[in-house]
Amino acid sequence: MAGLKSKDLLGLRELSAEEIELILDTAEALREIATRPIKKVPTLKGRSYVTLFYENSTRTAKSFELACKYLGADVVNVSVGTSSVKKGETLRDTVMNLEAMGVDAIIIRHPCGGAPHLAAQFVRCSIINAGDGIHEHPTQGLLDMLTIRRHKGGFRGLKVAILGDILHSRVARSNIHGLTKMGAEVWVAGPSTMLPPGLEDLGVRVTTRVEEALEGADVVNVLRIQLERMQQSLFPSVREYHRFWGLTPERLRLAKPDALLMHPGPMNRGVEISSDVADGDQSVIHEQVTNGVAVRMAVLYLLANRGEAA
Amino acid sequence: MILIKNGRLLDPESGVDQVADLLVQEGRIAAIGTGLAAPEGARVIDATGKVVAPGFIDIHVHLRVPGQEYKEDMRTGTAAAVRGGFVGVVCMPNTDPVIDNAAVVDHVIHLAQKEGLCHVWPAGAITQGLKGELLSEMGEMKAAGAVCVTDDGRPVPSAGLMRQAMIYARQFDLTVMDHAEDKSISAGGAMHYGKVSSMLGIRGIPSTSEEVHVARDILLALETGARVHIQHVSSRRTVELIRWGKRMGAPVTCEATPHHFTLTDQVVAEMNYSTFTKMNPPIREEADRQAILEGIADGTIDLIATDHAPHHLDEKLIEYQDAAFGITGLETSVGLVVDRLLRPGIISLPQMILMMSTRPARAVGLTPPALRVGAPADITILDLERTWTVRAEEMASKSKNSPFIGWTLTGAPYATIVGGQLRMLEMKVIAP
Repeated sequence: MAGLKSKDLLGLRELSAEEIELILDTAEALREIATRPIKKVPTLKGRSYVTLFYENSTRTAKSFELACKYLGADVVNVSVGTSSVKKGETLRDTVMNLEAMGVDAIIIRHPCGGAPHLAAQFVRCSIINAGDGIHEHPTQGLLDMLTIRRHKGGFRGLKVAILGDILHSRVARSNIHGLTKMGAEVWVAGPSTMLPPGLEDLGVRVTTRVEEALEGADVVNVLRIQLERMQQSLFPSVREYHRFWGLTPERLRLAKPDALLMHPGPMNRGVEISSDVADGDQSVIHEQVTNGVAVRMAVLYLLANRGEAA
Repeated sequence: MILIKNGRLLDPESGVDQVADLLVQEGRIAAIGTGLAAPEGARVIDATGKVVAPGFIDIHVHLRVPGQEYKEDMRTGTAAAVRGGFVGVVCMPNTDPVIDNAAVVDHVIHLAQKEGLCHVWPAGAITQGLKGELLSEMGEMKAAGAVCVTDDGRPVPSAGLMRQAMIYARQFDLTVMDHAEDKSISAGGAMHYGKVSSMLGIRGIPSTSEEVHVARDILLALETGARVHIQHVSSRRTVELIRWGKRMGAPVTCEATPHHFTLTDQVVAEMNYSTFTKMNPPIREEADRQAILEGIADGTIDLIATDHAPHHLDEKLIEYQDAAFGITGLETSVGLVVDRLLRPGIISLPQMILMMSTRPARAVGLTPPALRVGAPADITILDLERTWTVRAEEMASKSKNSPFIGWTLTGAPYATIVGGQLRMLEMKVIAP
């Protein structure tokens, strides 16, 4: 495996199984850096990166920023509120201006699916998708996969249950593409109003009964429920949601005893997940965050060294 | 004076199918026969091996006049029409200001006389300002030259108001056209709701948003007796509903666009989120496309119209969700109809001419163009054998937002004669 084929990381749909393996192997090697007392290596010294966020984010933005800094790169954060974007500048003009300032990659979060694909057409520097609308969140998918691989050794034959609002979840889509490519059996479960059409064609099992998805699962990934979805009549109340789709200790017992519990955060405790479960022994939620920095370091490293002998 | 030599004259409605010469004089067809001599000063067009048909009409065109001339203007829009083989267009009223009163209708018609290269028949709005609240002055607009009414793009949401509009329009013999869409179902969507939208993470427009309005319109047409025309059919159940409506005796007609019978939602993925695949209603699934082809073949779908919707690149080179809906169509319609419908045998040549000339005229109450001595000389000549490539730089439209750029098609318009004037020859526009 020579390296990544594309200059951009747009989604896990575009990556091959070999490329995913390469990113995870690289992340595994770099993961240790964040645990050192002096968390800085010169690997990307002299490189510069921009995080361009059109949506609020704490976790992903800071994770990317720290990944840049741990590898010795310079990083500038641009958010909508403080840039000329508010003045009505197009995405095309914004990314072309940033490239003109000499950046090596633009890390973009955007409310519209496909926005990073659009941006990638206009610049020679790398575009890294940090979440586009309801489409993909590839580094989240990769950090979930790194977390699974560290505990389960691999993916083939694992039953992974993804619970919640699948329709609006970019985390779900990236997990689906990545995990099915690596041979896992992916189940999704949620209210019928939150299940998008046609997932079966991607090899996914779809159900409205969380119990069915949880039965014998090796991994349970619980998605965040946006409470404003109640205003769109996607579900009637928090109480009803929790009763039918919330992950409780009883429901978690349907999964394998050593099943991993994951959540991309931030959690609505008592809605999609009970606190007992979130804080229980099977939870690897904080480890996911650690792995997030590792995966992002790996992506930055591999894109920066693309085409060079590894 | 124009003498068209040795073409296959084909006008199914008039029962004409013969290889002959056709002489155009003083804006009318002066003679049809074999071995006609060219009068002094006549332009001779050799139509050997070509098909001479009554002039094609596109009843769904956004000329963007008045008010959005940065997208298209009277000259460029009608140039695109004649380049595409059309002798006339019905222009949609979602302009600025909206074509919702006689003064604006009058303005468009005068501008067309001054700058237009083909016939232009304005469609008036159903409701004032396309707001879906109060009826527009349909009678006055008809008197000024409007041929039909529609709130295209902003369909009348209230069934009660649509019913009133049909009852009211009928007394003036105005066809009510509907862009059938229940926005409470489609709001926020940017492409067909299906597995491709699921994969691409783009909000979907379910087929039912069209179908519930189609069902509503058919039932209202049955009750009111108004002539109803369903614009740009996109889904298989819409085709089924119209088939049912016609069986029930509803005075309903409908159109299909070349993009809906050619493309599926898969193209959004294949073209990597290109906004030249974004239109409303969206291109849907293969089963929908097949049903549209069946509807075209069996006559459920009456005619072809393009929904020619020019947009400036600034409105297209942006995020898919935010980009404007619509693609241009006038200059690729004949090519796609020949290449995708005629050559594969889905329709015959007489059917094609009915679908692009006779029935479009009739759907809006116009006298259909005809190859008869004494009839106005509105004529389209086709070259069914010509293979050509769609090129943006050759387009006459001001906008180039077409997903068919780069496609190679067999079949092209060869000449367009509008009211006795040669306006296009070999896909080159001839302006005065």
